[in-house]
Amino acid sequence: MSYRLNFHDLIPYLPELGRGLLVTLELTLYATVGGILLGTIVAAARISRTRPTRLLAGVYVELIRNTPFIVQLFFIFFGLPALNIKLTAWQAGLIAMVVNLGAYSAEILRAGIEATPKGQWEAGRTLGLTRFQIFTRIVLPPAFQRIYSSLVGQCIIVMLGSSVISQISVEELTFAANFIQSRSFLSFESYLVTALLYLLLAMLMRRGFGLLARYVFRSQSR
Amino acid sequence: MMQFTDWDIFRNLLLAARWTLLLSLIAFIGGTLFGLVLTFMRTSRRKPLVLLVRGFVELFQGTPLLMQLFLAFFGLSLLGLDVSAWTAATLALVLFSSAFLCDIWSGCIESLPKGQWEASRCLGLSFFQTMRYVILPQALRVAIAPTVGFSVQVVKGTALTSIIGFVELTKAGTMLNNATFQPFKVFAWVALIYFMICYPLSLFSQFLERKLNVSGKH
Repeated sequence: MSYRLNFHDLIPYLPELGRGLLVTLELTLYATVGGILLGTIVAAARISRTRPTRLLAGVYVELIRNTPFIVQLFFIFFGLPALNIKLTAWQAGLIAMVVNLGAYSAEILRAGIEATPKGQWEAGRTLGLTRFQIFTRIVLPPAFQRIYSSLVGQCIIVMLGSSVISQISVEELTFAANFIQSRSFLSFESYLVTALLYLLLAMLMRRGFGLLARYVFRSQSR
Repeated sequence: MMQFTDWDIFRNLLLAARWTLLLSLIAFIGGTLFGLVLTFMRTSRRKPLVLLVRGFVELFQGTPLLMQLFLAFFGLSLLGLDVSAWTAATLALVLFSSAFLCDIWSGCIESLPKGQWEASRCLGLSFFQTMRYVILPQALRVAIAPTVGFSVQVVKGTALTSIIGFVELTKAGTMLNNATFQPFKVFAWVALIYFMICYPLSLFSQFLERKLNVSGKH
């Protein structure tokens, strides 16, 4: 127990960390948008009046929520080429994130949708709106507001989970950490710094989404 | 070159799934014990303790489990301990589970009306007596469904230990894939076995939630 931590020798590798951080941010941004979009569609499918649609959406949600992200990633990256679907590692990583977030956000959103009083649907129908119009204009906006913080939490979980994508050689933050530790032999130090960067990213996301909420939901309630 | 039949693939995966189950069980039990200590510290209302626990929880919820595994793996060896993938995986998963369970449980305790604490103080009960006789029995009802739900996260979390070289279900999957070149089949089986472990737990958690909520409404 005479080891002394040496952070100084990590300084030359800061550009690598920066590049990795950017890739992680980029993936997270696309995955957040894509995942919530997919989740909204799936949530709509889960309350659909056609039984097969409901069933299909349910199977998707349960399959994704009850298997590890890394297995989903491997299935997409290694498994799909067997069906002649060729993907780059980056594409596979992003698809895995979107598919994963899609299932969780659908489930979160469903809770928000189910909290909508029945009278809202009836009132919409009385006004001559179609089911689609009622869903997108009356039901969805308050549902999003209700579940906003759990949705943000899930987006952060997906961002943290993206570290696994380093395993298929996407050069994101964890990949950078692995690269640095193999060059510098400062394993503990490089992973510690990287972990703290993730923590910072998670805190910034929470703060950023909080500010966004204040702007979006205020302008909506006017 | 050895040939793998479908049965060989499935049998090997099932055998590896034992380690997934065992590791999940250890992580869950260890996380429960340590999480209980953390929860007690958090409810004690002693500022330094509360801050310490909050920092701990924030750290483990705000960093990827993979980083925690790497840190445990390399951190323990810095301390001069001989680390197998087993030790590192267990340590990281126990700490990870305890942080999340502590967060779930303190949420449950805080959801109880404050008057319960005040009434207990009026009756002259100590902190531990209040916990033992008033708070915990009620909090347990609220906590049991989300706790079972979290066990699914633990099972899925063990998949990451494959990256530091622990041979469990996911690692067996990648190894079989390298041997058979049938990624579609192998990873579909791997996913299905995880599903067979996790889905009953999810269903049980949903069942408990429905059951305990309905009768718990005042």
